[in-house]
Amino acid sequence: MENLINIFVKSVFIDNMVFAYFLGMCSYLAVSKTVKTSVGLGFAVVFVLTITVPVNYLIHNFLLKEGALVWLNESLGDVNLSFLSFIMFIAVIASMVQLVEMIVEKFSPTLYASLGIFLPLIAVNCAILGGSLFMVEREYANIGEATVFGFGSGVGFLLAIAGIAAIREKIQYSNVPAPLRGLGITFIITGLMGIAFMSFMGIKL
Amino acid sequence: MSKDKEREPLFSSKNLKLLREPLGENNPITVQVLGICSALAVTVKLKPSVVMALSVVVVMAVSNVVVSLFRKTVPPRIRIIFQLVVIAMMVVLVDQVLKAFAFEVSKQLSVFVGLIITNCIIMGRLEAFALANKPWESLLDGIGNAAGYGLILITVGFFREFLGSGTIFGYPVMEKLGIYNIGYENNGFMILPPMALITVGIIIWIQRSRNRDLVDKS
Repeated sequence: MENLINIFVKSVFIDNMVFAYFLGMCSYLAVSKTVKTSVGLGFAVVFVLTITVPVNYLIHNFLLKEGALVWLNESLGDVNLSFLSFIMFIAVIASMVQLVEMIVEKFSPTLYASLGIFLPLIAVNCAILGGSLFMVEREYANIGEATVFGFGSGVGFLLAIAGIAAIREKIQYSNVPAPLRGLGITFIITGLMGIAFMSFMGIKL
Repeated sequence: MSKDKEREPLFSSKNLKLLREPLGENNPITVQVLGICSALAVTVKLKPSVVMALSVVVVMAVSNVVVSLFRKTVPPRIRIIFQLVVIAMMVVLVDQVLKAFAFEVSKQLSVFVGLIITNCIIMGRLEAFALANKPWESLLDGIGNAAGYGLILITVGFFREFLGSGTIFGYPVMEKLGIYNIGYENNGFMILPPMALITVGIIIWIQRSRNRDLVDKS
């Protein structure tokens, strides 16, 4: 249990998707103009990450990893299919997003309406694929840890995008030098927020 | 450029514009806001930046041509999955080549080679250009945009390595010039991830103050 809490806190603050690895930057910059839409996108990302990371964990450990196919047949012990992982992961993500979209549409039309266009766009959000790739790289011990990692990364993204959207709403009223307006100042603010988040670095959990 | 121009109409002025525009006034990173995710994380040193830029040029040029060739046969409803498969295939190839011939760099780039798949610059150009244009124009557009992306990547990589570690391509420039002797210190801050963002912010600032057309109206 303690281990799971550690992974959660670590993936939200220390290894924050946006500030430490710059993942999901495209949607982070494009959708952060108002707080309301950005929170919608944030929740959609949490949702999809929490589903795709454990699914990809299973695929990686029971199909692709070196020696993962032993459960099928002893003679397959030295088969290593990990070069297929990119294609498999992106296929899982694309189909999962499609599936989630259909389920949400069926059971909660209000949530579906509020997420709108963001749900399909998530398939090409680098934070989602990044979540699966980091899951492979960090070799989590079981599916519980992988799920918590996916959820935590999503929450980290939600925090980051809600924060920048709030700042961008306020900055409308400030006198920013004309060439910096819009994109430029957003980059610099993100950099400063990243520096703030770096104060979590070095915390040993 | 003058040599290319003799081979009209392949390099007509319209086609050359496809190559040139993304380098400046229509740069994918600073103007179109595409492909930022992977651009920033690999720029601590110059070498991975160059390798990353080259990988993106290859992936982008080939997948642009492939998608453009199939633009009339693929039904629009499944085009996104089709594009993802083309890109993913190219990225797998690039990843395997890097692992075979440049293992060190491939380790440094870690997951970011894989993330070329979801690099919005590639999807964006496929959607916006390759689906509606002929293979040759798509090839030029792909190379141009990937080069514009690479240009920013290499600029950021240069400043971060030069100011952060005092080296260029691992060669200790600052030490050879003897600047440490007069009290200069490396700016360790430049190595940290947030400085990539601020460097790009400053590049955007410089570009927009030179070219007023790009300034945000709102």
